[in-house]
Amino acid sequence: VKAAAFDYHRPESLAEALQLAGSFENAKFLAGGQSLVAMLNMRYAIVDDLIDLNRVPGLAGISIDGTTLRVGAMTRQKVLKAHDALASRSPIFAAGLDYVGHLQTRNRGTLGGSLCHLDPAAELVSLAFLHDAVVTVASDANGVREIPIADFPLAYMTPSIAPDEMVTEVRFALPAPGHGWGFHEFAQRHGDFALAGAAALVEMTEGRIARAAISIFGGGMSPVRVTGAEDLLAGQVPSDDALRAAAATVDGLDYSTDAMASGAYRRRLTGVLTRRALADAVRRCREVS
Amino acid sequence: VRLVVNGREIAAEVEPRIHLGDFLRHQLGLTGTHLGCEHGVCGACTVLVDGDAVRSCLMLAVQADGREVVTVEGLAAADGTLSPLQEAFRDHHALQCGFCTPGLLTTLTQLLRDRPDIGEAELRRELSGNLCRCTGYSGIVSAALQVARETRAQGAGS
Repeated sequence: VKAAAFDYHRPESLAEALQLAGSFENAKFLAGGQSLVAMLNMRYAIVDDLIDLNRVPGLAGISIDGTTLRVGAMTRQKVLKAHDALASRSPIFAAGLDYVGHLQTRNRGTLGGSLCHLDPAAELVSLAFLHDAVVTVASDANGVREIPIADFPLAYMTPSIAPDEMVTEVRFALPAPGHGWGFHEFAQRHGDFALAGAAALVEMTEGRIARAAISIFGGGMSPVRVTGAEDLLAGQVPSDDALRAAAATVDGLDYSTDAMASGAYRRRLTGVLTRRALADAVRRCREVS
Repeated sequence: VRLVVNGREIAAEVEPRIHLGDFLRHQLGLTGTHLGCEHGVCGACTVLVDGDAVRSCLMLAVQADGREVVTVEGLAAADGTLSPLQEAFRDHHALQCGFCTPGLLTTLTQLLRDRPDIGEAELRRELSGNLCRCTGYSGIVSAALQVARETRAQGAGS
C-alpha cells in the first residue's frame, strides 16, 4: 500500500512550524517518521498536510544539570543511546534504548516522536514515567505549557495535546548517584514491540530502600507507574519476599488481549519482569555502595 | 529534489508521498534496493543516508533533498571490485535467495565501520532489524565477523 497524497511542508524555524500547524485542518508533524511513515504507507493515517520538523534548528540536544536531564524533542534515539555523560550518570537510558526498534530505526527515530506516538510498549515512554518527566509543548495560539507525564496519555496511543501543539522538550528527574537500576522486557524477537516489560530504579540507605520507582509497559493501554509497589518497598529491607510481594501488585492492573498474547499471559509476564527488574536494581545499588 | 546517489548528482521532481525506496527503484532504476514490507519491519530496503543505515520505506524521497545516499549498487568500486563485505558474503555463502542481502550489506557497512570490535552476540542482536528467511544467519554472521577481524588487523597494522 502507498501513502495517500498530501502536501509537504519543510519549515525552517519553530515559529514557522507552529504557524503552519495552526493554519491546517488535518495536519501532522513529521519527526523521525519511523512510526508515522509506516502508518501513512498503510493508510492507517491519512493527512492533508505533513510538516517536516527535520530541518527546524534548536529542537535537538541533551543537557544534564544536577538532577535534571533535558532532551530536545527531535533528539535521535541513537544520539541518546550513545551519550557518554548520560550513560555514566543514568545507565538505564542506554539499556532501555537498546530495545527501542533496531539500529536503522534508532538512526532516525526521535524522543518526541516516540512520546507522541505513545505506543503501549514504548520503552521511552516508560522511561519518561520512571523519571517523572515533564513534557513541554508549544503552539502558535497558546504559547508554551508543561504537562506532567502522568497526564500525558489521554487514551490508547493518544497524547493529551491539541492538533496544533508540538512537543519541544522533555525534562527528566534523574535518580541520585549511587542508585541501582533494572530493565527487562520480553518480545518475540529483539527489537519487536514488547509483550510486557518493566523498568525499576532503587535508592538505598543503610540496607533499606529509601526510594523505589517502577514503570511497566507493553501490557496495558499505556506505560504506567506502579505506585502500589513503590509504597510497599519504601523503608523495607529488600529481601526476596519483599520484592516478590511488591511485584505481585502489578497483578491488579489492566492488561490487554490481542493476537500476540492474552491479558492473563501479559499479567503473569509483567509480574516476573517487574521482580527481575527490582532484583537487578537492588543488586546494582549494593554493588556501587 | 537534489541529492547525491552513489556518487552521482541527481536532480528530480518527486511527489511528496513517494518514499525514498520507491524513488530509488522507479525513478532512478536502482532496483538493487528491495522493498519487502514497506512498514519498517523487514529491513530489506535499508540504504545509507549520510552514512547512516535507514529504512528507505520510512523516509520520504523529499526528505533526502541535499543528502548523500548510498545503495547496494554503490558499495562496490567503480570498476566492479566488490567491497570486502560483499566478498565475504560470497565466500561464506551468506545469501541464498538474495532478497534481504541489500539491506544486510548496507546495515553491516555502517555497523562494521562504527564498531569493528563487535562480538558475535552483539552482532546477532543488531541484525534483528533485518529478516532473512533462507540462511539462518550463520553465513551472514561469519562473513561479518571475518570483515570485523580484517578491519581490526588493518587498524592495528597501519
